[in-house]
Formats: sequence, C-alpha cells, structure tokens
Amino acid sequence: MTIQEQQDEIIADFEYFSDWMDKYEHIIQLGKELPLIDAQYKTEEHLIRGCQSQVWLHADYRDGKLFFTADSDAVITKGLISLVIKVLSGHTPKEISDAEIRFIDAIGLSSHLSPTRSNGLLSMVKQIKMYAVAYQAKSQIAQQ
Amino acid sequence: MPDSLTIAEGRKLDIQKIRKDFPILETTVYGHPLVYLDNAATTQKPKAVLKAMDDYYVTINSNVHRGVHHLSQVATDAYEAGRKKIAAYINSRHTHEVIFTRGTTESINLVAACFGKKFLAAGDYILVSAMEHHSNIVPWQMIAEEKAAKVRVIPIDEKGELILDNLEKLLEGVKIVAFNYVSNALGTINPAKTIIDAAHRQGIPVLLDAAQAVQHLTVDVQDLDVDFLAFSSHKLYGPTGLGVLYGKEEWLNKLPPYQGGGEMIKTVSFEKTTYNDLPYKFEAGTPDMAGAIGLGAAIDYVQQLGIEQIHAAEHELMVYALDTLAGIDGLRLIGATDARHRAGVVSFLVGNIHPFDLGELLDKQGIAVRTGHHCAQPIMDRYCIPGTVRASMAVYTTPEEIDRLAAGIRKAAKLLG
Ligand SMILES: Cc1ncc(COP(=O)(O)O)c(C=O)c1O
Repeated sequence: MTIQEQQDEIIADFEYFSDWMDKYEHIIQLGKELPLIDAQYKTEEHLIRGCQSQVWLHADYRDGKLFFTADSDAVITKGLISLVIKVLSGHTPKEISDAEIRFIDAIGLSSHLSPTRSNGLLSMVKQIKMYAVAYQAKSQIAQQ
Repeated sequence: MPDSLTIAEGRKLDIQKIRKDFPILETTVYGHPLVYLDNAATTQKPKAVLKAMDDYYVTINSNVHRGVHHLSQVATDAYEAGRKKIAAYINSRHTHEVIFTRGTTESINLVAACFGKKFLAAGDYILVSAMEHHSNIVPWQMIAEEKAAKVRVIPIDEKGELILDNLEKLLEGVKIVAFNYVSNALGTINPAKTIIDAAHRQGIPVLLDAAQAVQHLTVDVQDLDVDFLAFSSHKLYGPTGLGVLYGKEEWLNKLPPYQGGGEMIKTVSFEKTTYNDLPYKFEAGTPDMAGAIGLGAAIDYVQQLGIEQIHAAEHELMVYALDTLAGIDGLRLIGATDARHRAGVVSFLVGNIHPFDLGELLDKQGIAVRTGHHCAQPIMDRYCIPGTVRASMAVYTTPEEIDRLAAGIRKAAKLLG
C-alpha cells in the first residue's frame, strides 16, 4: 500500500467513530499494534523529547527502505505513533521525505501536531523525516 | 501545617448566582458543558471586570500622569483608584507600597535583580523552598550566578509540607528568603507567618509569592509583616498582563530602580538623572491602565462576596473533592490529605496512567485540567513522578463539577487501564 492509500484507509476507519471516547479507545488499541522498539535501543540517544510524554524511535534501513520501531510512556501517544509508523514505515527515504502527513488533521487530531501540545508526536514526525532525508542523501552519494 | 487559619462561618455564597457573573462558564466543549478546573493557571473573569475595562476604553482612555487635559486626569484618577483598592485588599500601610508589574514573575524578577544588585555578595545565600514555581527559582539562580551567591532549599516531606525543624540553621548566611504562600503544584498552604518571624529574628527580609493565595485566603501584609509580596491579576479574576509587587516602603526606598524610562524619573539630563518617588520609581513606561482598572473591579467583586466567605466555600468544596477523589480506585493524591492544609488545588495520579493520557481523555469529556510538572519540576523530582493531573478550583466551582471530574476519571481509567 502506498503512503497515500494507507492514509486514506486510516481516515475511512476513523469516520466510523462519532464519539470522542470511541475514537480514543481505537487509538489506544492501535498502540498495542505498534512495532515496539528493541529494549537495547530504548536509550537517551533514541529518545525524542516531548515536554510531557517521552517517545523512543529507532530506524532500520533494509533493501532501500526504512523501517521504524518505537515506544512511548503515554498510551495515547503510543497509539498515534503507531498510526504514523503504519503510514511511513517500509517505504523508501524519498517516498517518506516527500510524504505529506494529512491523516492526523483529517481524523480531528491536528491539535496533537501543535508545538504547544508537546506530546512528542510532532517531534517524532520531524525525526522520521530527518532520517529519510539523511538516508536519501546517503544513497545519492553511494550512487555517484 | 499552616498558621492557624480560621474558616469563616455565617453567610453562605450562592454559587449558582455567582456562576451567572462568568459568561465563559456557559461554554460547551466537545458537546459537554465545560467543567473548568484549571483555575490555578488562570481564573475566569466576571462581567464586572469586562465592563470596567470596556468602559475605560470607551469613555476615558488616555495616558496617565502626563496630560494636562481632562481625560488624562480622569484616567489617572481611575488608574490610581485601582492601586488604592489593591492596597486596601492586602492591607498595606501606604498606597505607594503597591507597584504595578506584568505579573508575579516580573515582581519576583524585580526584587531578585534590584535586591541582589545592592545586597548580595559572593558566598551569600538565598533561601527558597522545594515547592516553588520556576518563577521563584530561576530569577534567584540568575542573580546568584551573577553575584557568586548560592540558592539553598527548604526541603518538603511526603505530605508536601515544608520541613522547618532546622529552619534556624537553614537561615544561616541567608540574605533573603523567598517562598510561596500556597503551592501551585500541590495546593499546600505554607506557614508563612512562622517562617517570616523566624527570618526576621535574624534580620532577614522575606518575599512571599502569593500568586495562589490572594484568590483563596485573606492576605494581610501588615499582619504577616512580610517585606515583599507578589501576585498576578489574572489568577484573582482580573485581566491578564498585570501583576502586583507589594514592598515595605523602607525596602523599596533602599532598592535601586529596575528599568529605566519615562514615568520613573524626576529630572533627566545627560549629566545626572534623579528618580521619581514610590511607586513610580519602579514603573518605567506607560503602565497598563485598563489592567489596573480591571483588577480594581475584580477586587471589588471579590470583596463584595467576601474573601472569608470565598475561603469557607472553597474549603467546603475541598473537603468534598478530597473525599470524592479518595473513592476512586488507584487514585494517588499528591500532597496533604487534610483539606485545612490546602487551597484551590488537588494534584493526583491514577494507577500507572500517564498524566497526559488522563488529561487528554478528561478534555474530551469537557473537563479542563492541567497535566505535567506545573512549572515546579523540583517537586516532581522529589516524588519521582513525571508530573501530575491537577484540578484547581475557584469560587464558581460546584460539587457537581467535582462529580463530573470523578466520573470522567473513572471513564478514562477504564479505557487506559
Ligand atoms: C505560585 C506561582 N508563582 C508564580 C507564578 C507565575 O505567575 P505569572 O505567570 O502570572 O507571572 C504562578 C503561576 O502559575 C504560580 O502559581
């Protein structure tokens, strides 16, 4: 599935919920499907600082694609990062760095991307993009 | 344990009637009637305050202390009347002991900078407490660094109360003491008078951060005999952007000015400038006229209800809140369990639930609380927790809202547990 298709699917899934609490129940459930970061990477180095909840993120580069694992100490954040990873993981650095993340807005959670919310989600999206840009640059150099 | 605080008897407040004075309380959030429990961050404003500020701009707006013209005179009178109301509210001996600032933060920075400049030397100590807001820590650290002085800390116990057994010893080498009357993170009412008396016995002045006290308790600067007192208008039902620094005349006269500019001078030449008298010496630039008038109206409003009656009503609500929250499975209250030691604030955690998750799900049920470290990180370190959920009350808070909070916590805990 492309990044676009994956986002469309999530947006369609969320249309099903009219009640906020149901929506959150689903998000919390999604957190349980998050590809968890290996314990050895749960270090200071992989910590993305949000003001309130902590997020750890690890990137693996295999066969020209980036795969992400993560964790958070807050379960709602964990659900949200699970969604972000579902959308972005397993794609090429170029696809990831070109991707426009619109599903968070579309499912009514745009406030989670505001810098004042400081729950780590915005920093995580930025960090993923940074990995993508870095690997893209690396592979370009390798090709030259 | 706070100094003996009596809870007033007698006339009860009509909270439903009071709520009608605060239009914002009618707001609906995510389809639920708003339950506003973030009053320690800022209180809502009664119509009387909004009207006073609107009237100011509609009828008398003009720069103060400057114009010979009519409007300037009327505006100056209204502005100074605001100062008089504040002076009366905190029972200061002189009106000119009330200085307008931008908020508690600026009031503390002013004292730290000006007192520090004149009275601090290398090796001196500044004594603060372990439950201070960052704005009563960082300004002292900054001046301490500049002067090679040091910040010493009064520790707190598990119940969130200051440990004062060694106070005499803690005061050794101290040049100024600064602590909060009521903690914004825990709600603890500190024994202000006991600490001030102990400091004075050694000739040490005291700054009291009353940001979380003036809206809940009678604060009498002469009775406390405090040297400096700071608070913010916006937490006392008044407008944002305005704060108060009270200082004893003798101390304010001893301090050098804070900022330079218009209004704070008597004469200016390039050879020598002479400074204005109190309070203007500390009020450089055009002041917040509408703010002072708004705060005056807020104080009128509070006094009309009676701060003792407010305290009594809030105490009763605190007893109810502590009791109600204690009935929630896994809820861990941070700080004192005795309502008499608390004002305005309940801070808690539920099981292993991250405060952020709980706050988020309360929000979606229309309940506004604050989560995190509440700008008092050292306290969270003391309890080894990342933060808390804080529900904070005001005069318009009802028992039904506490019930909504409890039901909201239960519902959220079920999802998150
Ligand atoms: C105890 C205490 N001190 C200081 C402050 C800072 O007040 P302001 O931000 O209005 O300057 C606050 C506000 O949260 C507070 O609760």
